[in-house]
Amino acid sequence: MKFFNFHLMPYRHADLDAIDKNGSAWVTYSNKHYDPAKGAELYHEYLDQMEFADTLGFDGVCLNEHHQTAYGMMPIPGVLAGALARSVKRAKLAILGRALPLLNNPLMVAEEYAMLDNLTRGRFIAGFVRGIGAEYHAMGINPVLSQERYAEAHDLIVRAWTERGPFAYEGKHYHFNYVNPWPRPYQTPHPPIWIPSQGSASTIRWAAQKRYTYAQTLSPIAVVARFFQMYRDEAEKAGYTPSPDQLAWSNTIYVAETDEKAMREAKPHLEALVNRFLKMPVEMLLPPGYSNPESMKRVRAAKVTGKTMSIDELNKTGVVIVGSPNTVREKLAEYQDLAGFNTSLTKTQFGTLPDDMTRANMTAIAEEILPHFRNRLPQGKREVQAAE
Amino acid sequence: MADHTTTTIAVRGCNIKVMRGGSGPPLLFLHGASGAAAWLPFMQSLSARFDVIVPQHPGFNDSDTPEWLDTIHDLAYFYLDFLEQLDLDRVHLVGGSLGGWIAAELAVRDTYRLSSLTLVGAAGIHVPGARQVDLFLGSDEQRIRDFFHDPACAEEMIARLLRPEFEDANMKNRIATAKLAWQPRAYDPHLRKWLHRIDVPTLIVWGANDRVFPMEYAYAWQQAISGSKAVIIPECGHIPQVEKRDAFVGELIGFIDGMRKAA
Repeated sequence: MKFFNFHLMPYRHADLDAIDKNGSAWVTYSNKHYDPAKGAELYHEYLDQMEFADTLGFDGVCLNEHHQTAYGMMPIPGVLAGALARSVKRAKLAILGRALPLLNNPLMVAEEYAMLDNLTRGRFIAGFVRGIGAEYHAMGINPVLSQERYAEAHDLIVRAWTERGPFAYEGKHYHFNYVNPWPRPYQTPHPPIWIPSQGSASTIRWAAQKRYTYAQTLSPIAVVARFFQMYRDEAEKAGYTPSPDQLAWSNTIYVAETDEKAMREAKPHLEALVNRFLKMPVEMLLPPGYSNPESMKRVRAAKVTGKTMSIDELNKTGVVIVGSPNTVREKLAEYQDLAGFNTSLTKTQFGTLPDDMTRANMTAIAEEILPHFRNRLPQGKREVQAAE
Repeated sequence: MADHTTTTIAVRGCNIKVMRGGSGPPLLFLHGASGAAAWLPFMQSLSARFDVIVPQHPGFNDSDTPEWLDTIHDLAYFYLDFLEQLDLDRVHLVGGSLGGWIAAELAVRDTYRLSSLTLVGAAGIHVPGARQVDLFLGSDEQRIRDFFHDPACAEEMIARLLRPEFEDANMKNRIATAKLAWQPRAYDPHLRKWLHRIDVPTLIVWGANDRVFPMEYAYAWQQAISGSKAVIIPECGHIPQVEKRDAFVGELIGFIDGMRKAA
């Protein structure tokens, strides 16, 4: 299994009560709560953690993009990727991803990613996302156009990487007389493309057809297993058998000496992530047209956005793995076999978790977990069915 | 006896549902973001004097969502086609909120078939600094509360509109509204510079307590459309035709009668 250190870079000094009072850490949570002195320290703390992951032997480090929120301080992930491109010496560098529909000029992502691919001499992984619904409030982009802008921007970027320029591009949303980006990507034909998603069937089908790595965000392992089976089914339909490397599970792992100690230590920080940083009204998460009406209705009916989750629930349902080295190894192996993935995108820092605890966690994972999974592939026949 | 008919008509291949009732000069009412699911009491009142025509916009309620529907301008041209196809002349065009925006966009393009224009709590222009609620960030219930001045009226509408059987239609209307009005938020920055082209008598009707488009908007419209008249209805929110039906109908009929006298 491959391990990536996935950082959300939360503003971990956020006033959690103020977030509660505001109803969300997104869009309307005033940036008067941001202290630049603390924020600057956090950027360096988090970048140091990413470099530490590299020296510890993680296979890669991951950044992502969110706007106007204390949940993550990476509106422009390329800035941080640029900082890491030279200091992370060995590991892959992934941006998972840039939110394409928010861009009025997707060629800038073709350029930015190609630069990073050159800077890292081919260690770059290119993630494309639509961004969550809150982004459309924050950035003033029409959510009804999200899917078609995403499709068009993706096509444009891949063409810009694979066809020799200059050529003209005429789409519905984007128009260029000259598509001719310098530099071209370092990797041939372009950096690996990874698609993180909350589990939309159309996204899973599309990623499987394109042979892109599919990354499942924050979900119970049974749900993850179902989505990964959908991916394998879609790949078979498209005429190939996918490698388990193409399936990436985005999780959180916390390791301490005993189960009890791990749960006790992780609890406030993990619950802060899930119940404070991540919380938002359904209207913010799902603006009109962001998803098709059926899935909108499903989410609204489930009232998922209002739910408070305890670490026990998160751990029991396999959204996260928290425990002693032995417990974490057992569960991770069980989940790997259940869902059939071979890439773990692991948040080692989460919510309000401070630097010393994060580093201890990273070290424990590197020493106690990674070596046991280095050559481990998903085993056994998976019994999960894709159909609901 | 039915007070109105409901038919589906095709305009250049786009099927829309149209409610129509009464007799007299034609009055075309363009609905707002919440759609036009039912024949409302104010339509019934107006039908005593007018041939009241209430289409469901393309993208809303039971009408088609055509491929070509991208911006408010598409609906303005669509209704010009609609007027032509139905061969309506001397039309009193009335638009509420989003429908007011369509009506204004239509009128700056061509008033040939219009007799008058009435804008009710109309979207379409922007008044810097006016305090407005964000209709896309609140819950469905909150949005309806923001529409009305009288809380009792709002609760009655919540009970009537937010029923499970309307969920699909409400969602369809929300998506169409977002498509047309998300950004810029319910206005076209270029509309105001062409409002001088409106050369028919124009009435601006506004609720004094409109929280969606506060009263500053009524005056901004009035200043931008020469010769227009603004009427502010007291103790009234964003939808005067529903919240203060009698006052609304009275003002509209008074305005049209006054036009006739002047002519």
